[in-house]
Amino acid sequence: MITCLTLGERRIGLILTVCLALLGLVMAALGKQDPMAVHGFMALALGGGLFFAIGGTLEEPAPDAARLQQYYDDPIKVGIVLAMLWGVFAMGIGLWVAGLMVWPDATFGEAWSSYGRLRPVHTTGVIFAFGGNALIATSFHVMQRTSRARLADQLSPWVVLIGYNLFLLWAVSGYLMGVTQSKEYAEPEWYADLWLVMVWLVYLVLYLRTLKRRAEPHIYVANWYYLAFIVVVAMLHIVNGLALPVSFAGAKSYPVFSGVQDAMVQWWYGHNAVAFFMTSGFLGMLYYYLPVRAQRPIFSYRLSIISFWGITFFYLWVGSHHLHYTALPTWVQNLGMTFSIMLLVPSWASAGNALATLNGAWHRVRDDATLRFMFVAAVFYGLSTFEGSFLAIRPVNALSHYTDWTVGHVHSGALGWLAMVTFGAFYSVIPQIWGRAAMYSPKLIEWHFWLALAGLLTYVFSLWNAGITQGLMWRTYNAAGTLNYSFIESMEAMRPYYIARFLGGALFLAGICVGAVNIWLTIRGAQDAAGDRPLVPQVAE
Amino acid sequence: MSLFKAHYNLEKHSVGFVVAIILAASVGGLVEIAPLFTIDETVETLPDMRVYTPLELAGRNIYIREGCYACHSQMIRTLRDEVERYGPYSLAAESQYDHPMLWGSKRTGPDIARLGGKYSDDWHVTHLTNPRAVVPTSIMPAYPWLATTSLEVDDLGAHLATLRTLGVPYTDAMIANAPRDAMAQARPDSEAAAGVVERYGEATTLRRFSGADELTEMDAVVAYLQVLGQLTQAPYTTETTP
Repeated sequence: MITCLTLGERRIGLILTVCLALLGLVMAALGKQDPMAVHGFMALALGGGLFFAIGGTLEEPAPDAARLQQYYDDPIKVGIVLAMLWGVFAMGIGLWVAGLMVWPDATFGEAWSSYGRLRPVHTTGVIFAFGGNALIATSFHVMQRTSRARLADQLSPWVVLIGYNLFLLWAVSGYLMGVTQSKEYAEPEWYADLWLVMVWLVYLVLYLRTLKRRAEPHIYVANWYYLAFIVVVAMLHIVNGLALPVSFAGAKSYPVFSGVQDAMVQWWYGHNAVAFFMTSGFLGMLYYYLPVRAQRPIFSYRLSIISFWGITFFYLWVGSHHLHYTALPTWVQNLGMTFSIMLLVPSWASAGNALATLNGAWHRVRDDATLRFMFVAAVFYGLSTFEGSFLAIRPVNALSHYTDWTVGHVHSGALGWLAMVTFGAFYSVIPQIWGRAAMYSPKLIEWHFWLALAGLLTYVFSLWNAGITQGLMWRTYNAAGTLNYSFIESMEAMRPYYIARFLGGALFLAGICVGAVNIWLTIRGAQDAAGDRPLVPQVAE
Repeated sequence: MSLFKAHYNLEKHSVGFVVAIILAASVGGLVEIAPLFTIDETVETLPDMRVYTPLELAGRNIYIREGCYACHSQMIRTLRDEVERYGPYSLAAESQYDHPMLWGSKRTGPDIARLGGKYSDDWHVTHLTNPRAVVPTSIMPAYPWLATTSLEVDDLGAHLATLRTLGVPYTDAMIANAPRDAMAQARPDSEAAAGVVERYGEATTLRRFSGADELTEMDAVVAYLQVLGQLTQAPYTTETTP
């Protein structure tokens, strides 16, 4: 793989690995006993390992110029494999923490294995590691194919992919050591946050440089969504991550905002991590792989435009619906509720556009589990966005907030939409880039599909019941006019639902394991040439 | 030229498209967040509101480290059942020195915004060491290592100084005496104890929180849990019916 890099790219790569190793050394030296030192050693080891890997190829001949007539798919392959590894790991941790809700002592009795430290490993692992690697990998595929151009260079995709996964390793290992900013879905500490900003900048520049080489005058709609994902996530991450470290020799920092302002910034970030990470990016995926797999053009170009700008504009207003009836000023709560309801229009325009695209291809949905994954994803996208707008209505939120209904809602989005569309996209792209006619076993895709769907439905139905039961028990008054249930009674009532949720999670995890085996069997010993080519031969560098 | 025609042209310019995304995405945050810093009524002014002592701050950082916020909220909403279950609804001013805020988003366990003073120190120590010893059906994790890990106090001055840079009114004396005050708050019979009261006020609780001889993380966490809802008395003295 490294010999595909030009000699110049190998030399720059070597310099970058030295910089990474030096950064790691500095962090380790400054950090001493602090967990930051452990992260320094991780960077040092990664930098050192890559240095020797690249250094060993400096004498190898330069790659054949014919490569420029092909798409550059190596980073996509690595990204897909990483996404699947992270997915199995993070959903495994998810099953563990679901188990802790029923059997609270199922830990190793050590600090790292307690619920509070494992929970962000699960959330970061699924959303940012599984989802993020899937987005990066598919974006490299979609940007090349829809532009009919090869990636702008061969080094920066690796900087993005390796840099992003180092961020993830820092994040996840940090939580286990107690390193966290406690901001939900933005837990990593200041140095990891700064590192991610640099990686993200390289990602954006690579995307724009590749688009600049496109052989099509228009930028295809999937790319709009990937661009919105990259740009807005950067904006959210930078503002919400603003923090002052106690010392540059340690991981601990204090966020610059406090109290009510911090709460608003956090949920402006939090809800738009849902919007631009878990929605925009994956809509980009849907807009490319669904029409390709269904062999039907997107139903409506105008609907695509309306839904894209509706999502990009409205979503940033809705974060305050996480703070109904709190100490946040009511005018902000009301704005959040109003925009949350308006958001249903562009959301359903997207879901409707996807489903209408399938018109005329329903026989394929029936016969092809890969396309069926994307069909279910579009349906659950529609259901989750409806549920989201509904839960944002103040009186509904009074009941649902703080309960497991919210957790169920997030999982109907994360499992039903994000994971389902990813599996559909992966099963579409893997045979193509590894040069196979089809996946190793269509039967295993069917197994994966039905396990995932059964797990998903078990999960969300149990948590709907759990959440509504909790919400009602907390507000039930008896004839004497006092609260009827103690808190512990509402917790005890959750036990059957938590067991059902655990089983649902186990089914979903079994599904992704079947998928991972199928993918491994497909890529093992495959030929190494994608069948398709860029439209315009690229000028040799 | 219709809007769709304009979009037809915009689609041909990648940088223009990115600029349009940034513009469209910036409006919501600007309208909803910026005024929270400029409108004075957003955060009430409470004369008796005090800052966390170094020991309480250390406890708060352990609370963050262990991810307690994932299951406990610290935000009582303006709803009748919440006020009756947990106490007066939370005021914005009560978390004005909280970097970050810990309002939470989920109640797997109960809200603890007004936990301070509801249970004894002994109860907290037993409960944190093994929750099922006092609440048999509890699903809370056990934190036995808190009582056996000695508390790191040396760098607390730097923590206070960092928070002062961010706007929390810690004085020079508070910063200079931070490690000493952290020790003294859990040693009410020591000579340094008077300094804690002098700097943080008469209402500060000085007790041997964990009961052990050595100052451990358990002391810090219990000190923090006992101050929740007690940094100001304003919520208890004003009208709180929603």
